[in-house]
Amino acid sequence: MSALVEVEDLSVTFDTPAGPVAAVAGVSFRLGRERLGIVGESGSGKTQTGRALMGLVRPPGRVTARRLRLAGLDLLALSPRGWPSVRGRRIAMVMQDPRFCLDPVMSVGRQIEETVRIHGGGRRQARERAMDLLAAVRIRDPARVHRAYPHELSGGMGQRAMIAVMLAADPEVLIADEATSALDAHVQNEVLAVLDDLVAARGMGLVMISHDIDMVAGFCDRVLVMSEGRVVETLPAGGLAAADHPYTRALIAATPRLAPAGIGPAGHAAVAGSPRAISENSP
Amino acid sequence: MGVIRRLLVEPPASRRQAAAGEALRAALVILGNPLALAGLAVVVLFLAMAAAAPVLATHDPLAQDLAGRLAPPSPAHWLGTDSLGRDIWSRLVYGSRISLWTVVLVAAIVGPLGLVVGVAAGYLGGLLDAVLMRITDVFMAFPRLLLALAVAAALGPGLDNAILGIAATSWPPYARLARAETLVVRDADYIAAVRLKGASTARILARHVAPLCASSVVVRLTLDMAGTILIAASLGFLGLGAQPPAPEWGAMVASGRQFLVDQWWVSAVPGAAIFVVSLGFNLLGDGLRDVLDPRLR
Amino acid sequence: MKALAARLVVIGRALLRGAAMFAVTLLGLAFVTFAVGRLLPTDPVLAAVGDRASAELYERTRLEMGLDRPLAEQFLAYLGRLARGDLGPSFTTGRSVGEDIATFFPATLELSTVAIVLGAGLGVPLGVAAAARRGRLVDHLARLVALVGYSVPVFWLGLVALLVFYVKLGWAAGPGRLDVVYEYTVPVVTGSVLVDTALTGDPGAFRDALAHIVLPASILGFYSMAYITRMTRAFMLAELGQEYIVAVRAKGAGEGRVLWAHAFRNVAVPLVTVIALAYAHLLEGTVLTETVFAWPGIGLYITQGLFSADLNAVLGGTLVVGVTVLVLNAAADALAGVLDPRTRRRWA
Repeated sequence: MSALVEVEDLSVTFDTPAGPVAAVAGVSFRLGRERLGIVGESGSGKTQTGRALMGLVRPPGRVTARRLRLAGLDLLALSPRGWPSVRGRRIAMVMQDPRFCLDPVMSVGRQIEETVRIHGGGRRQARERAMDLLAAVRIRDPARVHRAYPHELSGGMGQRAMIAVMLAADPEVLIADEATSALDAHVQNEVLAVLDDLVAARGMGLVMISHDIDMVAGFCDRVLVMSEGRVVETLPAGGLAAADHPYTRALIAATPRLAPAGIGPAGHAAVAGSPRAISENSP
Repeated sequence: MGVIRRLLVEPPASRRQAAAGEALRAALVILGNPLALAGLAVVVLFLAMAAAAPVLATHDPLAQDLAGRLAPPSPAHWLGTDSLGRDIWSRLVYGSRISLWTVVLVAAIVGPLGLVVGVAAGYLGGLLDAVLMRITDVFMAFPRLLLALAVAAALGPGLDNAILGIAATSWPPYARLARAETLVVRDADYIAAVRLKGASTARILARHVAPLCASSVVVRLTLDMAGTILIAASLGFLGLGAQPPAPEWGAMVASGRQFLVDQWWVSAVPGAAIFVVSLGFNLLGDGLRDVLDPRLR
Repeated sequence: MKALAARLVVIGRALLRGAAMFAVTLLGLAFVTFAVGRLLPTDPVLAAVGDRASAELYERTRLEMGLDRPLAEQFLAYLGRLARGDLGPSFTTGRSVGEDIATFFPATLELSTVAIVLGAGLGVPLGVAAAARRGRLVDHLARLVALVGYSVPVFWLGLVALLVFYVKLGWAAGPGRLDVVYEYTVPVVTGSVLVDTALTGDPGAFRDALAHIVLPASILGFYSMAYITRMTRAFMLAELGQEYIVAVRAKGAGEGRVLWAHAFRNVAVPLVTVIALAYAHLLEGTVLTETVFAWPGIGLYITQGLFSADLNAVLGGTLVVGVTVLVLNAAADALAGVLDPRTRRRWA
C-alpha cells in the first residue's frame, strides 16, 4: 500500500516566555488509503499534529520533523507561499463547529464555490460542483442550503456543508478534527455515514482526530493513542480489548457506556434498552 | 532587595501588602517598556520644569523689551523673543506651571465629582440612577471642545473659567466608570456583611465602595491628562483661559500667528511643547493600560 | 413568517428605545445651551437696551424678553423658538443666527467630507496592513500615526503645515477657500467650492479651490486617521483570530483573500460606524482648523462670535454642531444595530 502521508519524528514546539513547550514530540506514523484515528485528551497534541500536516501551525509554534511527506511531496520544503496550492487541493481539514468555522457573512454555496475557484475552477464549474457536493453530503434541499448562511443551519447540516466546502477541490487526504464532537449522538451517526461514503467513494485517506475512543474505534481501521505529545500506543480497530498501555485502558474505562441489562464495566447498574432519537426533525 | 522579592513572590498577608505588590508589578512592567519609560521621563521633566521654574528661567517672563522684539534664538535668548520682546524660553518654563495647574485642578474636580455621581447612581439605582445617567449622556453627547468653549465663553475669559469649562465636559466618563465598578461590587458578600452590622448607606459608600472604584478612576485620570492639556491649549489659543500677559502655551501660539512667515518660532516653539507633553502623557497612559490589560496590546 | 415578525419586533423595540434616548439627549443639549446662556454674568436686558436707558424702558424690555417668567416657562419658550429655527439675532452680523449658520455650514460640511475621505482612505488600508503584518514596520507606522494624531494640537499642526507647505515650499495655497480673484466671480450654486468651481468649467478656478482645501483637509484628515487606523487595526486583529480564518486558510486561500474577502468583509459594517463617529469628531476639530485657515465655516463663525462677545452666535453654533454630532452618533448606532452581521447572527 503506497503511503499518502509519511510522518517521521514530528515535533511542534511553542516558544513561550517560560521556555519552549512541546505540544507534539516525536510522533511518527504512515497513512495510506485507509482511516486512521488519533485519540487523546485535550492537550495530548492531536490537534497540533493535524495542523502540522496542513501547515497551519503559526508562530510562536515551530514544526520540525525528520520526514513529512504528502503523496511524495516534501511538506518541510514548502515555503509559506507554496502552501495555499496544497491546502484544500491535496489535503483538507474539517473542523469542530461550523457556526464558528465558516465565514458568517458569506452564503454556504459561495463558500463551496470559493474552494473550487481558488484552485482554478471557472464560475459555472464551481456552481455545478457545489450543487453536486451538497447532494453528495445528503442535504435534502441543496438549493435552499446553497443560499443559506452558516448560522441558519443546524449542527449536522452545517457540518455536512463544511465537508462539502473542504472536499470541493478533491483532496486525497482529509483530516477530521473533532468533526463530530459538537453534535448530538444521532446526528453524529448521520455525519459519520456521509464521511464514510465520500471517503470510500473517492479512495481518500482519512485522519480522524477525537477524544471519543469508542467512536473512533468503530469508524477507523487503526487507532493511534496520544498523550502529552507522544504516541503511546497503536492499535488495530478491533483490538481495543487487547490494549496494553495503561493510559489506553484508562481512556477506554473512562468512556461512559450503556450496557444491555446487567452490570456495566464501571460497576454501575445499567439501564435496559437503547436510547431513542430525541427529535424527529432531521438536521 | 529582600523586601521587593517578598512583595513579588509571597502570597500577600494583608490588603496593604497586596496593593504594594500590585503597584510594584505595575512599575516593573512600565520600566520594561521603553516607550512608556520615555513617556514617564517626559512627564517627570514637565513636573520638574514647573517646580523649578524660577531657577530654570533666564529672564522675567513678563519683562518686555520692545527694542529686541521678535529676535531669533541666540545665546542671550535661547528660544528667541516674542512680539513684545519677552524671552520665550522663560515664558515656556513658567507656562508649564499654568498647564500643570490646569491639569491638576481639572483632575481634582472631575475625579471626586465623577466618583460621587457614579457611586450614588450605581448603588442606589432606580430613578436616581436613570436621571443621573441621562445627565451624563447629555454631557457626553456634546463635543468636548465646544461645550468647554461655550461654558468658558459664557463665564468670561480667564483661567478659572476655562478650568470650569473643561471640568464640565470631562466628568461624565468617570461617573460611568465608577458606576460600572459599583454595580459589580454592590452585591458582594462583604458589603452585605457591613450592611448587617448596621452601617448607614453613606458610610458604606464612602468607606467601602468608593475606595474600590478610586483606583480605576485615578488610572483613567492619568490617561486623560493628554486630552486635558490639548483642550486647555485650544481654549488658550482661542483667547479663553489664562489672559495676557500670562504665558499660557496656547495663547503664546496664537500671539505668534501673525508673524508666522518670518518669525515662525514664536508660534512653533510653544506648540511643540504642548505636543511633547501631550505625547508624554499618552505614552505613559498606554503603558499603564498595558499594565491593566496586556491583552489589549 | 413568525420568525420574521419576531425579528421586526426586536428591531422595532430597539429603534424606539434609540429614538427615546435621542429625544431626551436632544432636550438635554437644548437645556445646556439655555443654561449656559443664563450663566452670563452680564445682564441681557442691559445688553439689549444699553446702560443709558430709562427705568421704564428697562422694565418693559425685561417683560418683553420674558425674563420675569419662571425659568421653566422661559425654557419652554426657548424650545419653541428652537423648533422654529430661531436662534436669536447675531450681535455682529445683524442677521439671525439661523441665517448665518445656514450660510456657513456648507463650507464646514465640504471641509469635513473631504477630510474624512482622506482620513478613511488612508487610515483603513493602513489599519488593515498593520493587522496583517503585525509587529513589522507597517504596524509600527500605524501606531505612530495614531499616537501622533492623538497628541498633536490641531491648531499648531495647521500653522506648521501652513508654514512649511505654503510659506516655504509654495505647494499649497494660503488661508481662505479661494483666491480673491475667484472669490467674487464664482457663483454659489451648491455651497461647495469644489463643485461650484467645477461647474464654471474654468480649470484655473477649480485648481485654486483644490489648492486651498488641500491643507486644512489634510490636517483634519490626519487628525481623524488616528482614530480610524487604531480601530481598523483592532477590529482586523480580532477578526484574524477567529476560528473560521483557520478554515479559510485550510481550504487553500492565499493571504490576500483571507484578509480582504473574508476578514475585511466581516469588519466592514462596524467600520462604517467608526467612520461615522470619526466624522462627528471631525466637526469638533473644524473649530480650530477653520480659525487657522480662515475657512468660512461654522467653526470660524463660532470663534469670531467668541472674539466679539456675540453669545447668541457662539451658543447657536455650538447647539447646531452638537445636534449634528448627536444625529451622526445616533445614525451610527442604528446602523450598527441593524446591519451588523454579529447581531444578525444573534437573532437567528
